[in-house]
Amino acid sequence: MGSFQDFLQFVFSGLTSGAIYAMVAIGFGVVHNTMGIVNFTQVDFVSLGGMLLYGGLVGATLPAIMALPAAVAGVALAGALVELVGLRSSRSRDHLVLILLTIGLSIILRGAMQRIWGKNPLAVPPLSGERPLRLLGASLLPQAVWIFLFTALTIGLLVWFFRRTTAGLAMRAVASNPTAAAVVGLRVPRVRTASFALAGALGGLAGALVTPIATLRYDVGVLLGLKGFAAAILGGFGSFPGAIVGGLTLGLLESLGAGYLSSAWKDTIAFLILLLVLFVRPHGLLGKAGGA
Amino acid sequence: MAMAANDTAILRVSGLTKHFGGLPALSEVGFVARKGQVTALIGPNGAGKTTCIDCLTGLLRADRGSMVFDGRELSGLPPHRIARLGIARTFQNLRLYPRLSVLENVLCGLSAQAGDSFLEAFLRTPALRHRERRLRLAALEALDTFGLSAKADWPAGALAYGDKKRLELARAFVSGPQLLLLDEPVAGLNPEETERVAVLIRQMRRGGVTLVLVEHDMDLVMSVSDHVVVLDGGRRIAEGAPEDVRRNPLVLEAYLGKMSVTA
Amino acid sequence: MTAQRAAAFAERHHTGLAVVGLSLALALVPLFLANPWKLGVLNLIGVHAVIALGLNLFVGYAGQISLGHAAFFGLGAYGSAILTTAFAMPPLAAMVLTAVGVALTALLLGVPTLRLTGHYLAMATLGFNIVVHNLFVQWDRVTGGPSGLTGIPPFSVLGVAFPGEVRAYYLLWGAVMIALTLCLNLVRSGVGRGLAALAEDEVSAAAMGVNVRRGKIVVFTVSAVFASVAGSLFAHYLGTITPDTFGIFASIDLLLMVVIGGMGSLWGSLAGAAFITVLPHLLGPLEAYKEIIHGLILVGILLVLPRGLVADMAGLARVRLARGWSALTGRPA
Repeated sequence: MGSFQDFLQFVFSGLTSGAIYAMVAIGFGVVHNTMGIVNFTQVDFVSLGGMLLYGGLVGATLPAIMALPAAVAGVALAGALVELVGLRSSRSRDHLVLILLTIGLSIILRGAMQRIWGKNPLAVPPLSGERPLRLLGASLLPQAVWIFLFTALTIGLLVWFFRRTTAGLAMRAVASNPTAAAVVGLRVPRVRTASFALAGALGGLAGALVTPIATLRYDVGVLLGLKGFAAAILGGFGSFPGAIVGGLTLGLLESLGAGYLSSAWKDTIAFLILLLVLFVRPHGLLGKAGGA
Repeated sequence: MAMAANDTAILRVSGLTKHFGGLPALSEVGFVARKGQVTALIGPNGAGKTTCIDCLTGLLRADRGSMVFDGRELSGLPPHRIARLGIARTFQNLRLYPRLSVLENVLCGLSAQAGDSFLEAFLRTPALRHRERRLRLAALEALDTFGLSAKADWPAGALAYGDKKRLELARAFVSGPQLLLLDEPVAGLNPEETERVAVLIRQMRRGGVTLVLVEHDMDLVMSVSDHVVVLDGGRRIAEGAPEDVRRNPLVLEAYLGKMSVTA
Repeated sequence: MTAQRAAAFAERHHTGLAVVGLSLALALVPLFLANPWKLGVLNLIGVHAVIALGLNLFVGYAGQISLGHAAFFGLGAYGSAILTTAFAMPPLAAMVLTAVGVALTALLLGVPTLRLTGHYLAMATLGFNIVVHNLFVQWDRVTGGPSGLTGIPPFSVLGVAFPGEVRAYYLLWGAVMIALTLCLNLVRSGVGRGLAALAEDEVSAAAMGVNVRRGKIVVFTVSAVFASVAGSLFAHYLGTITPDTFGIFASIDLLLMVVIGGMGSLWGSLAGAAFITVLPHLLGPLEAYKEIIHGLILVGILLVLPRGLVADMAGLARVRLARGWSALTGRPA
């Protein structure tokens, strides 16, 4: 039936963006947990992922199998650099100052991307062709399949990382109690740099995956990043499963809203959800009450 | 200690209970503070003394129990309303405003009396100017009482520790509170500075202020208190005159059983 | 009047005298500066200064953060533009009505988000800015879309109009002086101290009797109204407005003005507004790198002088002055 196919269409599209939002949301969460701040450069990690992928595929004409990991690694490196150069040297631990610092660093990154790649939109080739597949009567872009695959893989890797590796446990320790972590010998500054690198990798991967189907511009990450943030809030800021739930929920709500109500106001939906959540249940769907 | 003519209880705490997660920080704590007297709240570390103060000042919401001040129930009131009832406090770990001047810090202690109309402030009405002059005088007087006049324009962050402790006291005292809650006012001070604070406490008591004093320094407690309440593990284990409490075997056991700090 | 009496008078009323002095100096400027282009830059500085003053109350004094003040600026501009063109409302009434609308919007936005830590407010205000900017671009029937609105009449009050650079100068800088006076009054009051206290330590401020929640909400709303008024005056001054002026980069520029001037220093906000407004003209060939330079300035200042240029130096000067004054007069304060 036509309307069921439409519905399914919206669902696929929503889950696709939702997966991207979830990845960005996890990136926000990682830095928030280890450093207690909202990292504004996260939005630029997303743009940078797309840019580096473009550079690899089009500029250096690398095959996708090399270009994608290279892009992700590049953004991870950028993330580490941002923390090392930008934040580490801050004299003040005042949260307001740190937030403003990440804003300033974000401006620098965005300005740099604008200088290097220009203001105009760029076309990034998708990973495996552009002909949509048909699934249950609705069309699904192959890139969307890649997005689902990579998101699932990333989540799996992250779960393993945080539960089974020393580095991951160190990050959780610092997130939970930096003073105690330092006392037992964990190198807290190093963990912070690592968490920025991880946030960069996540944002970069999200950007690299989504920009073939969305347009790539030097500031594409701003809107995506904001929605990723809204997803993080929706699910419970700092919560890993919350980020996933929040991302998928937001993606679906946005897609269904745009499909059935009005597409011109698609971007407003994420913001309205953000406000609604902050108003009604600030700790989000899966977060614990009393935390901020 | 002579019996004060007005022995009425101005603060009645009963059944105060507060859990953090599963841990009981306070269990059915109750005590009385009499008007114009110094009531000390003592006990080993972790006994729940600061938690008690936090509940009294609205910083924490108790799970159960009542705190009645001058006939008013305090539980459920937000901190700024409790302050406006005439209850002031100092913080164990000092919560000064380091970037504001010493004088401005003390003026902040008068926030309850400074008016809260933005319109009046924007227009700088004669009433506001008159009030500001009055507040400024009160603040300068308080600085004088606490020996900080010479440093009135210094940023509070630049003060030595002993001066900071006295600034915290001055800020709490300046509003002329009816009930003053002091959380470890002499922690980290040398004997000379401690004695200075003791003199100030006695001065305030003579002025009719009711004080609740949380302290570890037993000499100070014994020398200024009229009444002592002992907490251990969130429970009240003893209450009475200083000499009686100090000889109470339960109290001795509570302290000897743990590491305690005395000046 | 003896020298001693004069000095005492000057000390007691130093703020008022400074404002009067600056007003006189500013009033004389157009007499010496005939170049309309330079006056134009000064006028633009004036518009930004009004916003920066309000924003400083919120960011500098109350210690919060907003990345969306360009949205309030834009709402003020579009509100006045639409009311005076499509509805032929007199400019003053339009400005007031728009300001009321913006105040309500700020309340609606602030009440849920100011409850939480600054990060959430920052992102919420950023999102707000994006949505409002979207509104300006998409709702082209009302806002004229990407090409914006034209034909906005010059500002006028009771038949007195302010066309041209010179008249606009007096109008705009008159507004700046009024805004400056209001802000100076606020910070020298108990309410203003309450804001400074809550910026340093909310818990302690509440324990002293400061209604923290109300303070934050009111100062947010006030800063939004300042931006709205500036927007209205801006629309009448230029006669044309486009959505580009009110995007997120603009919000960050406004924040930059506050940070450079010094968070908490009102005089510094004037300096900050001047600096950022003039900067693109000073950059010359480097103008293409404007964003990066802005970012570098922001980061640089935050790393070296977190409280901003003017405030840090003024703070140090204040202590030295105070000690010097005590030594000179033998009096403590």
